[in-house]
Amino acid sequence: MAHVASIVPISLTVGANRIVPAVAIPHPLGNPELPKDEERELRLNLVKKALRALQVEVEKQTVFEE
Amino acid sequence: MAEKKYRVVHYLNQFFAQIGGEEKANIPPLIKEGAVGPGIPLQQALGEEGEIVATMVCGDNYFAENIETAVEKVVESVSPYKPDVFVAGPAFTAGRYGIACGASCSAVSKKLGIPVVTAMYEENPALELYRKEVYVIPTTNSVRGMKEAIPRMAGFVRKLGLGQEIGLPQEDGYFPRGIRVNQFVSRTGAERAVDMLLSKLRKEPFQTEYPMPTFEHVPASPAIRDLRSATIALVTSGGIVPLGNPDRIEAASASKFAEYNIAGVDDLTPDAYQTCHGGYDPTYANADPDRVLPLDAMRSLEKDGTIGKLYDVYYVTVGNATSVANAQKFGKAIAEKLKAADVDGVILTST
Repeated sequence: MAHVASIVPISLTVGANRIVPAVAIPHPLGNPELPKDEERELRLNLVKKALRALQVEVEKQTVFEE
Repeated sequence: MAEKKYRVVHYLNQFFAQIGGEEKANIPPLIKEGAVGPGIPLQQALGEEGEIVATMVCGDNYFAENIETAVEKVVESVSPYKPDVFVAGPAFTAGRYGIACGASCSAVSKKLGIPVVTAMYEENPALELYRKEVYVIPTTNSVRGMKEAIPRMAGFVRKLGLGQEIGLPQEDGYFPRGIRVNQFVSRTGAERAVDMLLSKLRKEPFQTEYPMPTFEHVPASPAIRDLRSATIALVTSGGIVPLGNPDRIEAASASKFAEYNIAGVDDLTPDAYQTCHGGYDPTYANADPDRVLPLDAMRSLEKDGTIGKLYDVYYVTVGNATSVANAQKFGKAIAEKLKAADVDGVILTST
C-alpha cells in the first residue's frame, strides 16, 4: 500500500510504510490554480510516484519526496 | 499593592478565532490583541491573576502544509509580548489543529523558554507526536466539551503563570509524557507484577504501570515485482461517494465504509460523485472528485499498460474524527476483501 497523504506526520504516526506527500488537504491529487491539462498531468505524476513506491522494497517507514 | 498579572498568549485556529471555517483554513499566521473566542471564558477563569495579552491565529491548512514557516512566524509574533505562559487550543479531535497546537507549543518552549500547555482528545494523532515535549491536557472528543475543558486548562495555565511546580499526570490532569520519576513504594516490582497478574487471571481490574503506545509498527509489505501485470485498487479516507451519498457515510465519526463499482468509469464528475467528508473545504473535491480519488489517472495508466488492471471496486470512508477502533476495523475488513480478490497493491488517498 502506498499512502498519498496531505499530512505526512499523521501518516507516519499511524504506521504507513510507503508515504507519498500530497498537494494539499482539500485537493491531495489536484491543484485548482492550474489549467485542466496541467492539473491532470500533476495528478498522473503523483499517481506514478505512488506506483513507483509500491515497487520499492522498504525496511522502515519511507517518505517518497522526489 | 496589586501583584503584577502573569501574561498569557493563546493560540487558536481560524475557526475558533471566528475568522471562518474550512474556506479560511489557508490564512497565514496573524496575531490579535487580547482574548478571542474560547479565550474569553479562559480569561474569565483566570480572573484577576492572569491576562491573555494576545491571541495567535493561523489557518489549519496553512499550518499543516507549512509547519516550519508557520512555527517561525508564531515564535516571531509571540516573542515581543513576553508572555509567562503560552496556551494552545483546545483542539479536541482536530488533527491539523492538534498538530498546530503541539508544534507551536514545542517551538515556543524550545526557542523562547516559555512554559507551554495545550489540550486535545486522547485519539488526536498529534498527541503521540507532541506528548513528550509539551504538557497536553485531555479533553472530550467534541466541541461540546469546551465548557468543562476551560476551567481545567485555566487551572494549569495558572500554575505555570505563578511558577508553581507541575506534579504527576494524575495529580495535575495531563497526559503522561513517558518521563520516569523515581518513587519509593512498599512492595517490590516482583510482588506488584505478580499481584497484577493474579488480578488479570481473576478478571479483576488492575492498573498497568507501563501502558503500551497507541500506534503499532506495521511490517512493510513486499514490493510489487511486475507492475504491468498487477491489479491495483484505490481506497480513500477522503469521503468520495456517488452523488447523494447513498450509503449515508457520516461527515464525521464515520460508523462505516462502503464499496462502489467503477468498472467502465473513466473519470469522476460532479454530476455523479461528491465528497461527504466534513473536515475539509469540499469545493475542490466536488468540482472534480478525481482530486481526491484519482480514478482518471489510474484508468489512463491501465489503458497504456503501466498497470495490469484497476480493481473494479473502490473503498471509501470518511477520515474525520474517526475513532481509532473503527479505523482499524475498517482497514482490516477492506484489506481482507482486497486480499480475497487477489489485488496486488493499493493506493490509499487521504485529505
